[in-house]
Amino acid sequence: MRDFDYAAPTTVAEAVQLLQSHKGAARPMAGGTDLIDQVRVGRLTPDLVVDIKKIPELTVLEWSANGLRIGAAVPCYRLYHDPKVTAAYTALTDSAAIIGGIQIQSRASIGGNLCNSGPAADSTPSLIALGAIVVIAGPQGTREVSVDTFCTGPGKNILEPGEFVVELKLPARAAKSGSAYQRFIPRNEMDIAVVGVGVSVTLDAAGQNFVAAKIALGAVAAKPLVAEAAAKALIGQPVSEATIQKAGEAARAIATPIDDMRGTIEFRKHVTGILTARVIQQAVERARGGK
Amino acid sequence: MAKKRIVSTTINGTQRDFLCEPRQTLLEVLRDTLDMTGTKEGCSNGNCGACTVQLNGRPVVSCLVLAVEVDGATVETIEGVACNGTLHPLQDAFLNNAALQCGICTPGFIMQSKSLLAENPNPSEHDIRFYLAGNLCRCTGYDKIVRAVQDAAGKMSSCCEAKV
Amino acid sequence: MSTTEATPGNKYTVIGTRPIRHDGVDKVTGRAKYGGDIRLTGMLYGVMLRSPHAHANIKSIDYSAALKLPGVHAVAVCDDFPDAENKIAELGEGAVNLQHLRHNTLAGPKVLYRGHAVAAVAADTINIAEEACKLIKVDYEVLKPVLTAPEAMKPDAPLLHSNVFTNSLGEETKTLSNVAKHFRFETGDLAAGFKAAKVIVEREFNTATVHQGYIEPHNGTAMWNSDGNVTVWCSTQGSFTARQQVAELCHIPVGKVKVIPMEIGGGFGGKVSVYLEPVAAILSRKTGRPVKIIMNRADCFEGTGPTPGSYIRVKMGADANGKITAAEAYMAYEAGAYPGSPIGAGAMCVFACYDIPNGKVDGFDVCVNKPRTNAYRAPGATNAAMATETVIDEICEKLKICPMEFRLKNGVKEGSRRVDGPVYPRIGMIESLEAIQNSDHWKTPLTGKNRGRGIASGFWFNCGLKSAATATVNFDGSVALVEGSTDIGGSRTGIAMQFAETLGISVDQIIPTVGDTDSVGYTDVTGGSRVTFATGWAAYEAARDIARQMTQRAADLWEVPADQVKYENGGVSGPDGKRLSFKDLVLAISKHGEPIVGRGSADPQCPGGAFATHCVDVEVDPDTGKVTILRYTASQDVGTAIHPAYVEGQIQGGAVQGIGWGLNEEYFYDQSGVMRNSTFLDYRMPTCLDLPMIEAIIVEVPNPGHPYGVRGVGEVPIVPPPAALANAIYNAIGVRMTQLPMSPPRVLHEILAKAK
Repeated sequence: MRDFDYAAPTTVAEAVQLLQSHKGAARPMAGGTDLIDQVRVGRLTPDLVVDIKKIPELTVLEWSANGLRIGAAVPCYRLYHDPKVTAAYTALTDSAAIIGGIQIQSRASIGGNLCNSGPAADSTPSLIALGAIVVIAGPQGTREVSVDTFCTGPGKNILEPGEFVVELKLPARAAKSGSAYQRFIPRNEMDIAVVGVGVSVTLDAAGQNFVAAKIALGAVAAKPLVAEAAAKALIGQPVSEATIQKAGEAARAIATPIDDMRGTIEFRKHVTGILTARVIQQAVERARGGK
Repeated sequence: MAKKRIVSTTINGTQRDFLCEPRQTLLEVLRDTLDMTGTKEGCSNGNCGACTVQLNGRPVVSCLVLAVEVDGATVETIEGVACNGTLHPLQDAFLNNAALQCGICTPGFIMQSKSLLAENPNPSEHDIRFYLAGNLCRCTGYDKIVRAVQDAAGKMSSCCEAKV
Repeated sequence: MSTTEATPGNKYTVIGTRPIRHDGVDKVTGRAKYGGDIRLTGMLYGVMLRSPHAHANIKSIDYSAALKLPGVHAVAVCDDFPDAENKIAELGEGAVNLQHLRHNTLAGPKVLYRGHAVAAVAADTINIAEEACKLIKVDYEVLKPVLTAPEAMKPDAPLLHSNVFTNSLGEETKTLSNVAKHFRFETGDLAAGFKAAKVIVEREFNTATVHQGYIEPHNGTAMWNSDGNVTVWCSTQGSFTARQQVAELCHIPVGKVKVIPMEIGGGFGGKVSVYLEPVAAILSRKTGRPVKIIMNRADCFEGTGPTPGSYIRVKMGADANGKITAAEAYMAYEAGAYPGSPIGAGAMCVFACYDIPNGKVDGFDVCVNKPRTNAYRAPGATNAAMATETVIDEICEKLKICPMEFRLKNGVKEGSRRVDGPVYPRIGMIESLEAIQNSDHWKTPLTGKNRGRGIASGFWFNCGLKSAATATVNFDGSVALVEGSTDIGGSRTGIAMQFAETLGISVDQIIPTVGDTDSVGYTDVTGGSRVTFATGWAAYEAARDIARQMTQRAADLWEVPADQVKYENGGVSGPDGKRLSFKDLVLAISKHGEPIVGRGSADPQCPGGAFATHCVDVEVDPDTGKVTILRYTASQDVGTAIHPAYVEGQIQGGAVQGIGWGLNEEYFYDQSGVMRNSTFLDYRMPTCLDLPMIEAIIVEVPNPGHPYGVRGVGEVPIVPPPAALANAIYNAIGVRMTQLPMSPPRVLHEILAKAK
């Protein structure tokens, strides 16, 4: 592996200073499960690795009236081991429980998954569906952006030099809402999503009509996609197979996947429709109180 | 070259200090610096589980941990599983159930199974398969590994003294 | 337990039991030393520079900058090896052209595949060696690659070699071609056979390149001493073949090379050829220090020998009663960069399970710009079975005959003649079918939507070859047994069990060791399913040698003629009820007289073929093409199961490798010949979550060619799975798969095509 230096600051300000002073040659590291491998294979060439796990704010998992704050370095297992998080933000814990194997989940963080900005990242569609806000610290102070606009291309995002993600804010969940994430992989574990779908729905009091919905797709474009048309196909409509099929079709229509070792265009497009419908169905069941 | 660091850590209950480069992984230091070669290298990109150790009580792949990160941490490796010459029930079960062929994945499987049983003393077959999915074995087809873990779980839950 | 035994009453005392392996504790405590665990004083680390191109001329290599980097001690390139003759070296299971081996180890004038080793650096640390590799300037003239056998066989295909001429039907031709060899097997009258058929099915198949997937990366450490002696530590399937290859490549006598086999973390055929050992030796010669090289995982995929992708066409006819009347196969296997695919074995196996009255098989060995292929568990047979066994399923469907009944009707028996000539001795094809027929699995009807069941059979020759063992009787009655087969799956215990059985003593009294090349007689590779068979036989001979000596010593002790003393039931018996157990006799004679040392060697000729039949239930998701295995049962004639748990392990492990081959594993190449999935993440071997328990049914039809009836076990279980899965998928959703792997995109594609 190429040579680099290591620092483990304990404050956000210190981390920003370190990142800024290296002018793009420094990389923040949370769990390191992407970063270390990418340095090893030469995809990343940092001179300095800034370990952000020792900054207290980066490991918070804190509830408020507005929802949940997740420190950017919180490892996956802490999310799905928390019954309250699992109950409220099920799509995200669905994701956290399938990123890599158990060993990876001991270290890998949602913040890292987002910042790695892979088109197939498992947690990003869930964050989008759940309406997450990304809190970014940088030389100019902190700023907040919608997760919808965070990723800009394969491995690319809106972070400026010197900036890093501090936390993710998830808004409080409405009554009668449910969320889910599923991916298609050829094996049953340890694979990168060939198609990933995150869905959040809110139903009316009777659980019969869609009141709100948000759907996001992974691995079918250069970045995670917000499937607005698919959500629109649901909102205001009765919960029915026909409605859900329409949403699936809408999702399929916006997918612009590539052929690669993980799947073909034909496969990815077809499965986008199928999986979107399945995940909506699962989110509906959860909104109605099922698992 | 980046300066070497002194790292103080507790490995298998013993305080160990070592010198390492920031780019060295925990796996490299265990094997090359500390001569603890029981932890195996299979892929060095986190996909096979052969290098599984416990870091602060959680299973991790040591190829994706920087050695400098373990300063102040506790690390458990395969060398610390048998206690005073007595095999751990999982080690016994792997032998009795013929759960290894070449044996290169075995330390990783035992470390991961140990974490599983600490978290879930009575796992179902599916629980075992799910928890061990990050560990590859190319020899056994997993059948006898799953049975060994079931066997060890049974023996450990029926013996209150058994250490997890 | 789903694992069952069909052993009716064990006539042995040690054989058929399940002792714990002698090397077990070391392997569950992390104490066992594998090749990568070796540490030597003053050791340097080597790293290989590999080609980024699939096909290119090397115009020049400039490594002056690399040599100047502090911490770098030497650089090696192909010219550092002496010129190799254009000659074939026999390596036990397989042979190699030494010039090709030399150029495969470090590329000569051309690189022929992405990942082809071009140079090697020895430095103080791996990191320095890696940095030095980046400083080596290689000037490539990039050429167009050719990646599949059918493409490479076209007249205008890019040529890999300027000295490979087609050997056509036994004749050396002057045709420069990627086709290194074309051969044919024929029997009967093919046209008449097809004429007599009521149903004829002909299908084309394409299978992808797959890797053995051993978890331990290749490694090699060498010390070239000032006296010219070379010591090599490595993980190898054959220490003597490794010795031979190092000696041949370095032009030194084999007596100058000592190979110390370390514990080996899986091989499956992939650790027979050397890749690193000769390079480590050359670097050690240049530096005077030990040099260790370990591959990373991408190197293992790109720079070793996977097993070939193939194009196969099978045509088979059967009469109205379901008797096969004729069968024809055209098989083109990718050799990879240098000639030598397992096409020969594949062509012999393609119809080996069935009585074929009229048959013809054409085989082609075809060079392509991929790594030089190598053995992988029953090399060549799995590709072939995919074709034959699915064509049979289609014939059965057309004739409305149960696939089990069809196989029972046509399956080979003692006296059946294979298309390539040999006549079978006593074999267990029919018994392997009957074991499935009588299984709970077969008798339990499968219900549910999108679910299907498939069966398939498979054959592997097994082999004999040379083995040696020596045994030293210790004064306490224990015996140190040294044998030469590197142990990948518990074989030292299986061998010790046969030794113990022969002497009638406990296997706990045996201390088995795998010897290095200076410490034990020549022993061929751990491959060809031969170790328990042939090295077991050598141990049996060593034990008999000891029994003979013990008999003589008892006669001396008792002062009776030797012919009145018999070695039986774990001790010696003499006249007048004289009796001493093995241990008591050892105690009695150990103070006086020469030590007792037994020797045994074997080169057995009748390995007894192995037959297996597998049955699988699957559920196919019609919306995604994903196949879930619901239940899996594998039966196999193993001759005699020495250690039944290890036999089950071989069956289960082989079946799962076959499942991986069938469903997801493949070398995925882009147009430029770059493998895009050279990680365990994207190569997709099965995890434990992808599988159910694998029920192993041991069938024992003793091999008349072995003192304990042993047949090879290890290889044949990989043969049936892809075909069994294909048949089950058809049964579930009505699509016939003719490509491997049957990955979700491929299965879904067929489902969508059928719906149109």
